[in-house]
Amino acid sequence: MIRLIALRELRSLYAMPSTWFVLAVLQFIFAWFFLARLEAFLEIQPQLAQLANPPGVTLTVAAPLFYTAALLLMMLVPMFTMRLIAEERRNQTLALLLSAPLSGRHIVLGKFFGLLGFLLMLIVSLPLMLYTLALGTSLDHGLLLANCIGLLLLTASYVALGMYISALTTQPIIAAIGALAVLVGLWLADIGASAADSPWHLLSPLHHFQSFNAGLLDSADVAFFVLFTTFFLLLTMKRLHNNRVYG
Amino acid sequence: MKRTHILGYIQLNPQLQLPLTLSNTSPEITLSARNLSRRFGSLQVIHDVTLELRRGEVLGLLGHNGAGKSTTLQMLTGCLLPDSGEIEICGIDLRQHPTLAKAHLGYLPETPPLYRELCVDDYLTFAARLRGVKLADAPAALTQTLQRCGLDSVKKKIISTLSKGYQQRVGIAQAIIHNPAVIVLDEPTVGLDPTQIRDIRTLIRELGNAHSVILSTHLLTEVESVCDRVEIMQHGRLIYGDSSVRMQHYGQISGFIISLRHPPALNELEAIHGVTRVEQLSTEQFRVFHTPDDNSGSLLLSMAAQHGWQLEQLTPLHATLEDVFVKITGDETAKTGAPK
Repeated sequence: MIRLIALRELRSLYAMPSTWFVLAVLQFIFAWFFLARLEAFLEIQPQLAQLANPPGVTLTVAAPLFYTAALLLMMLVPMFTMRLIAEERRNQTLALLLSAPLSGRHIVLGKFFGLLGFLLMLIVSLPLMLYTLALGTSLDHGLLLANCIGLLLLTASYVALGMYISALTTQPIIAAIGALAVLVGLWLADIGASAADSPWHLLSPLHHFQSFNAGLLDSADVAFFVLFTTFFLLLTMKRLHNNRVYG
Repeated sequence: MKRTHILGYIQLNPQLQLPLTLSNTSPEITLSARNLSRRFGSLQVIHDVTLELRRGEVLGLLGHNGAGKSTTLQMLTGCLLPDSGEIEICGIDLRQHPTLAKAHLGYLPETPPLYRELCVDDYLTFAARLRGVKLADAPAALTQTLQRCGLDSVKKKIISTLSKGYQQRVGIAQAIIHNPAVIVLDEPTVGLDPTQIRDIRTLIRELGNAHSVILSTHLLTEVESVCDRVEIMQHGRLIYGDSSVRMQHYGQISGFIISLRHPPALNELEAIHGVTRVEQLSTEQFRVFHTPDDNSGSLLLSMAAQHGWQLEQLTPLHATLEDVFVKITGDETAKTGAPK
């Protein structure tokens, strides 16, 4: 059932021309940024070679690319999550799901994995692009893997949060603005807090992504993402249930 | 290829034919709701509603706008939880085992729940799979439903490009594609043209033979033409429930219309035993009212023959459902006073 709803979500996404447009534009931005970083790396490569322990191409090109992707996704994910439940409610299609033999868990997880699957396709283009470098040089696979895992976890947390906010309203656009406000707010609180041990750092998903970005697979950060995602998925299920209670 | 599919589906689906033979003995209760109540904030919208539906029966839920019909149907389909009361679908408690119970349910809300970006085929397959139709059975169920709802010609079209009538049909199709025991339709013919309304009513009547159908409407002709039984709802209460045939007899006006080629004076007609009132419609036509227990028809006939009035026509007066409905809801308002 979860798979069925996820596939329906994907099908609806691909049926919209705007999805393809966003995919194309994003791909273009990623490619542009990748080439720009590569060019910069080639320019400073002679100077780097003089250092005792020079950073490799993976750290100078791949890590910033992943960080840019993380920032872009923060802006982009709300545009996709806004539809998830708010639009179902507005078009009154939610009744179809609520009267079907499914529990709230099926609906929420189906939608979550559907959108995550779609965003995964977007994310996969990054390592594919970076692995073209393997033709000319050797890459740091560990760093790439850590970044991929980090970006996936980060996206999952964005999707869960965005879906919860989408479940709170009937207007997709309000859901988008709401999710964007919360995500950017968390990010600004993170970069704005000067003290190293400020609790604001701990709340921001992007802060937790930084260790992955540096190639560090920290179980505390993994736990943060898992908890953050689960928390908002549970809240969404609760909200859908409240839909039945409060009408 | 398609033909074998359809045949295969019918043969594999004993549910389709079995109820017809069963219904002659004692059709089982497919839906029962007891003492449903619901409030929104401080406003009590449903008061103690009790409903029962048997297989092979079409029940019309009739009421003015805002009477609580849609809310009741939402509760019956599990979209809204009642504050108190129990709902059983095919003997399964909806609150305790929602997933099991909902598998026997097809629901068309007021606005058809359509994913407008999908094509009809994909959407209906999704709806079928959502209600637990197995992947292998889905194509046969789809073919059968498309045919039943007359959607064959548009099956490859995107739903948003369809006309309102077709969209409504797709809405009905999603409610029946999994062959549920109970079909709940919330104002199924609203916004359709007369031909489409006729088609949909025929379809509902047909569905009512093998399934249980409950539909809400404020159109009395709909009740007259498709429903076996009527429940009238007002201010969140069921105020009247009976078969739709008997409802038409509720508070019936006793009287007839007569045409006489050589009519007598009006007071001569009024003087006939049992006649309470006579209205002259034209020079030759009269509307005669009599007391319900005292049918003065035969007396009038013999007098017409005696006096050479030359009777041309004598038609009993029929109360229309409109009259009955207004009378029932009016009676109830008079009884209970203002709505609480």
